[in-house]
Amino acid sequence: MNSSSGKEYMSTASSSTGWKAADAAAAADQFPAGLRVLVVDDDPTCLMILEKMLRTCLYEVTKCNRAEIALLMLRENKNGFDIVISDVHMPDMDGFKLLEHIGLEMDLPVIMMSADDGKHVVMKGVTHGACDYLIKPVRIEALKNIWQHVVRKRKNEWKDFEQSGSVEEGDRLLKQADDADYSSSANEGNWKSSKRRKDDEDETDERDDTSTLKKPRVVWSVELHQQFVAAVNQLGIDKAVPKKILELMNVPGLTRENVASHLQKYRLYLRRLSGVSQHPSNLNSSFMSPQEAAFGPLSSLNGLDLQTLAATGQLPAQSLATLQAAGLGRSAGKPGIPMPSVDQRNIFSFENPKLRFGEGQQQHVNNNKQMNLLHGIPTTMEPKQLAGLHHTAQSMGNMNVQVASNGSQSSQNNPLLMQMAQPQARGQVINDSSLGHAPRLLSPMGQPILSNGIATNVSTKTGIQENIRAPSYNPVLQTSLMLNFPTNHASELPGNSFPLGTTPGIPSLTPKVAFPEDVNSDIKGSVGFMLSYDIFSDLNQHKPQNWELQNIGMTFDASQHSNNLQGNHNHSQPVLVQQGFSSGQVNGQNKSATVVSKAMFSAGDSTGHASAQNGNQHLNSLLVDGTVRVKSETVADATPTNLYPDHFGQEDLMSALLKQQDPIAPAEHEFDFDGYSLDNIPE
Amino acid sequence: MRRQLQTMRKSLFDQGYLDEQFVQLEELQDDANPNFVEEVVTLYYRDSGRIILNIEQALERKPFDFNKLDAYMHQFKGSSSSIGAKKVKAESTLFREYCRSRNGEGCMRTFQQLKKEYATLRRKLEAYFQLARQAGPVETACRPK
Repeated sequence: MNSSSGKEYMSTASSSTGWKAADAAAAADQFPAGLRVLVVDDDPTCLMILEKMLRTCLYEVTKCNRAEIALLMLRENKNGFDIVISDVHMPDMDGFKLLEHIGLEMDLPVIMMSADDGKHVVMKGVTHGACDYLIKPVRIEALKNIWQHVVRKRKNEWKDFEQSGSVEEGDRLLKQADDADYSSSANEGNWKSSKRRKDDEDETDERDDTSTLKKPRVVWSVELHQQFVAAVNQLGIDKAVPKKILELMNVPGLTRENVASHLQKYRLYLRRLSGVSQHPSNLNSSFMSPQEAAFGPLSSLNGLDLQTLAATGQLPAQSLATLQAAGLGRSAGKPGIPMPSVDQRNIFSFENPKLRFGEGQQQHVNNNKQMNLLHGIPTTMEPKQLAGLHHTAQSMGNMNVQVASNGSQSSQNNPLLMQMAQPQARGQVINDSSLGHAPRLLSPMGQPILSNGIATNVSTKTGIQENIRAPSYNPVLQTSLMLNFPTNHASELPGNSFPLGTTPGIPSLTPKVAFPEDVNSDIKGSVGFMLSYDIFSDLNQHKPQNWELQNIGMTFDASQHSNNLQGNHNHSQPVLVQQGFSSGQVNGQNKSATVVSKAMFSAGDSTGHASAQNGNQHLNSLLVDGTVRVKSETVADATPTNLYPDHFGQEDLMSALLKQQDPIAPAEHEFDFDGYSLDNIPE
Repeated sequence: MRRQLQTMRKSLFDQGYLDEQFVQLEELQDDANPNFVEEVVTLYYRDSGRIILNIEQALERKPFDFNKLDAYMHQFKGSSSSIGAKKVKAESTLFREYCRSRNGEGCMRTFQQLKKEYATLRRKLEAYFQLARQAGPVETACRPK
């Protein structure tokens, strides 16, 4: 799945790309016939009808009635599909969650479907990144044109590519494409070129050097994502342009367009996160489950809110609340949440972000800020950090990690965020003065707010990494602290036992916390979490938090990733994140974190670990370093048990996350930090 | 016999039992899947029967969990609409309205009506398919307009 290195994936991608030169050529001629569609719907009647319709359109159809299975299939065969069609309401996983996962991991165009045509649901699809929304009953005419989404995506990526500097080649290809016989699309010209390019790529190996030309689907592994986040944070979320990010990342085979589209997603994610954090009110510890729900809506809301928030800087808590409420239905909780911190900064609203913000906001305005950072928090770096986190989280597969982080946040909408923010305040958090906020959050939260907070923090961390450190960290740390709290206060982190480590130093823990939430709640934001860890570390200097937070571990991983990303820990990157999750689930404890971190660091971050050991202290640095620190903390702490097979592998994480997600109840436990952290982040 | 089939089909549409979506299904039927429509309808009745049961059980538990009922009905409605079951779909919509307004009485009444329509449609379609099989392969009917 996630190649540990960009290069790896690149080569893999190219070789495993579903197309061989000949096939590509053939397919190209018949395009859109042969388009490989994956359709996911729990309703067998609809599934049967859709399959038949798609076959009639001459597409290659694979049907699936469970989202988890769909994800597995996609993961196993990254380049096996061109487009995914998914139902919104499914028993095992929310369609939007699946959408996010796919967007982050595979970057495939996804079409949502539902009998529900309510405005807010459709909007949710938009904010989550769906490229289209179909109302059931679906007519065959609506399916005839879905290929346009595939082309459009490729075209955009191609364009990015071109801009990134391979203009010549691009031109060349374009010219070639010009005489392509593809038509029937508005993007005809572009499409042709992109299409052609694709074909060319497949056909001409010598184009390898211009790997950009060939755009095999890029798999944003945890490591890669962390690298990405780190680069983004380094540049500053506002200044992060694909070209520079690409340069910083220095991943062979990665194209500017890959980065550009990933950046777009990341921004959305952050936005969502910020939106989420706004609702601290939802921090109810129980939100773990709700988080998910919250997150869902939040995310969507976040997306919306975040923007607003960002604009207002204070993400009108109300708006967030509203959004969240709308989205989550429940989260609308804290309207009062001073989302301000939420930095709406990046309205990457990962679903959770909103939550976080909400909460974070409440809690500490400071924290919020930080929290916001995660989301888009304008405040200190957070946004970037968060972004980083997010990414990481995302790369993790958003799965729980993000969710966890976000989840806690989102679900609670605010609680999480708040928690994060709160945890900081809680005192647990970030014990360090640096945390200032964080501790506050943590303490109040006592609860696992960390999870939320952490989640947020994480997010902020990622984004903020730098900024957060100082004040930002607080929030971040707070969040992380929150996670830590779990240990400290939260130690309640039920299940999760966030060993986050005694919140104080738990910077790393928090990340975990974040995850659990995600895990459970699909905290997409969790990734962002990871970053928070860093913050936490900084904040808390915590000791290797007892990352009992299993979830934390998971989240941690996520956070770690984020951290990694943030920091320069490229090594740990995203990979960790994923692992974190798995471990998160499993170990709940730091172990997972450790494991996660390990996994994450698979890249070779081991150094990260070392630093992690320093943990607490590093936490802060971690943030900067990227999640690595986080890990170290965890690692230090967690290292014990084998948190999870070190490399859970993203899939593991994902599954772990998924598992966690599903059984919200149990997950809750783990995520305790999520639930609790935010649970009442007293605003 | 074809004539008879056509007449039966037309009346199903005219009386509002089926809508445009059913035609979509008919158009999907081809030589490769000569009994596609019947297969889909059979699948629908099998799967939706399960949901009906769930709703029934849920209606036996007091107080009503309207959210759950609404969720079940949402599912049911999706299925029903995809085969073009017009009257059944209308009852589903009404049921959901009652759920949203927390009207237990309304829910129960509507559900009874829904089950009736559901059963009636099933009978009619079974007769239709039986006749269709006897009549042999039939071209897709023209859209009823």
